Amino acid sequence: MSDQKPIDIQDFVPHDGATRAPYSSADFDGDVDPSRDDFNEGLDLPDINTTPMYINIGPTHPATHGTFRVYARLDGETVEKAGVDIGYLHRGFEKIVEIKQYGQVIPYTDRLNYCSGLTNNVAYCKAMERMMGLEITERTRMIRLIIMEIQRIMDHMICCGAIIVDIGALTNFWYFFNAREKLNELLEALTGARLTYSYTRIGGLAWDLPPGWRDNVKAVLKEIPPAIADVRGLVEKNRIFQDRTRGVGAISAEDAISFGWTGPCLRSTGADLDLRKVRPYYGYEQFDFDIPVGANGDAYDRVIVRIEEMNESLKIIHQAIDRVPDGPINVDDKRVTLPAKDKVHTSMEALINHFKLVIEGVQPPAGRIYDATETPNGELGFYIISDGSGHPYRIKVRPPCFYTMNGLKFLIEGGMVADIVAILGGLNVIAGELDR
Amino acid sequence: MGIDQSILPATKDEAGIVTTRLDEIVRWGRKNSLWPLPFGTACCAIEFMGVVSSKFDISRFGAELVRFSPRQSDLILVAGTINYKLAPVLKRIYDQVAEPKYVISMGACACSGGFYDNYATVQGIEQIIPVDVFIPGCPPRPEAILDAVMKLQERIAIEPVTTRGRPRRHEVTEKMKDPR
Amino acid sequence: MNQNDTARHDALVLKVRERFGNAVLDVDRSFDDCALIVDRTALRDVLLYLKNEHRFNLLMDIAGVDCMNLPKYRERFELIYMLYSVPDDLRVRVEIAVPELEMDVPTVSDLWKSANWAEREAFEMFGFNFVGHPCQKRLLTHHEFVGFPLRKDYPIMGGQWCTSTSDMTEELNEPR
Repeated sequence: MSDQKPIDIQDFVPHDGATRAPYSSADFDGDVDPSRDDFNEGLDLPDINTTPMYINIGPTHPATHGTFRVYARLDGETVEKAGVDIGYLHRGFEKIVEIKQYGQVIPYTDRLNYCSGLTNNVAYCKAMERMMGLEITERTRMIRLIIMEIQRIMDHMICCGAIIVDIGALTNFWYFFNAREKLNELLEALTGARLTYSYTRIGGLAWDLPPGWRDNVKAVLKEIPPAIADVRGLVEKNRIFQDRTRGVGAISAEDAISFGWTGPCLRSTGADLDLRKVRPYYGYEQFDFDIPVGANGDAYDRVIVRIEEMNESLKIIHQAIDRVPDGPINVDDKRVTLPAKDKVHTSMEALINHFKLVIEGVQPPAGRIYDATETPNGELGFYIISDGSGHPYRIKVRPPCFYTMNGLKFLIEGGMVADIVAILGGLNVIAGELDR
Repeated sequence: MGIDQSILPATKDEAGIVTTRLDEIVRWGRKNSLWPLPFGTACCAIEFMGVVSSKFDISRFGAELVRFSPRQSDLILVAGTINYKLAPVLKRIYDQVAEPKYVISMGACACSGGFYDNYATVQGIEQIIPVDVFIPGCPPRPEAILDAVMKLQERIAIEPVTTRGRPRRHEVTEKMKDPR
Repeated sequence: MNQNDTARHDALVLKVRERFGNAVLDVDRSFDDCALIVDRTALRDVLLYLKNEHRFNLLMDIAGVDCMNLPKYRERFELIYMLYSVPDDLRVRVEIAVPELEMDVPTVSDLWKSANWAEREAFEMFGFNFVGHPCQKRLLTHHEFVGFPLRKDYPIMGGQWCTSTSDMTEELNEPR
């Protein structure tokens, strides 16, 4: 900075000596558009000595949803080079679960992708049940499917609301948030909590559905499509939104797969990979729904794919809510399920079973397993290594937004500063999952 | 910003009415227009977004204008886990906010580290910055956050207006037991 | 999962064994998964073969493990590569054992771009040295952190204060 020579007014005087501004509107005919490539042709602008500017976006910034940091070197408005700095929410998930029991890990999984906590709970319990060879009951399968789809709608609402707010349209955020509050009331009636539910247990659920819950779901589901349609109508064909997001942050399907992208971000590029269709679990194959797939992989596609996915989730819930079978919710296996309290107080075996389950916890067989579930963000995988005891030896979480964030540097270099915000929103980076 | 006491009459009794009224007006203004800086990191930030939304309106308390710049806000609402990497950032943001500034520590992770008692998490932001109100909960209900804002308002209503002689926390709690 | 997987995994294991012979030390088929335990020196060849011949184009994750407290293990550390084939919908894991004194592992970040950050995290948490990685720096811990947190001998309460925010200007100005 010290070698920059001071600005001299002589640099700005035109060469013919007349004392006027370097350019005036008389030089142009037609519209004056600075973004045109030939804007500077025919003008006698002096050679301006520029230095690159370094800006820091985050970790506290209204447009970064979650704490991470993007550090960019700018040449004017163009990003020449960028660096991404994460780890501002690194809470040591993988270290602390090594001293907990398998059942105590469930609240930690809630806080991974905190916008859709139930999906992470189901993903973890699904991996544990596969490791222990448990076959959960039909009722639990259907309830888990319904709550996962409700969470998918809620997560996409936050994500789409946030992208659209970053681009400047605040109204849609409130429309989505109001609708999300109604869905959240349903889950609050079911689980007791508003954000970090921890409702599933290994082998089943914490407790059964409250009476009248299904009718409440049907009533609330009538109010969601108008909210989605409102936002869609305001945004989809809006000239400003299209200008800011079409073509911005475009990525091809091969590049996206090489970066490890999964979920709506990958589907927006054209590859239709969805674990619910490709490898159905919990009865997804019996429902009639589509997988929305985009074409260009740009920011616009990412938003529209998510809005479409909300509609598809509504379809699934409509079909599923009437098909919840009756029956028990916890699998009848004494390795995982606490016995009924009246038996605990009267029978010796049940007492010992209860004691061992509480003190030593669930004990899966020694071995390693990798299991994946389709969360709203992509494929959440758990790689669990068990040594036969009640404490996990190692749980490695495969977070979907870690890999979408990996591609961020590639997407923003060469673009403009304002595009960083549009791209970041579309990737739906949740810091809890990114940093674990 | 406060009123320099030296330009006013020395004792409170001499010009009691003017000073007290002015103090009250300033306190009334301060407590009813807290501008929060949501230092939101984790799940509690989503709950804070819920408080700002129309169902649990925080603008009833005047705290609607969230300002993400420390120069434009006076209430730092730390919502979420603070880990050792983010600690210097939090300290710097706290230093940048102009007086009078208030800090609300929201959620179990900000109050005491939560259930992340390991190598990565700061066990409570009181180790870094002074806190005025703690909100327990994981995450706290929006009603709890509104209650915390109300408690902070009660506290602002009795503290002196200038920053010199601004009481420490234990002095204020003593006064709150007997607010006269 | 489904029966189709077992047959396809069997066929895959046969082909890999045919091609690499003794480099494939073991195959772990528990829980209907397929994990190939290979020799360290053959790692990159096996991964290249799986990517090119068998269309495993998505590297899902790279996990490091510190096996110090397991009842039996070959070397102290292990690295597990989880691969997925998008056109064929097949998963396979490739595992290698890495001794504590020679933690050099060839990088695969030129084969799959997802390995870029996954290897940075494995380096930061365990101390593996990925030879040829474009930017092997810490990712999740702060810049004043010393040690490898996920090793079993790192104390779980070993918090380290960070006294300054990091400046990334030098990193951006590196010619890369």
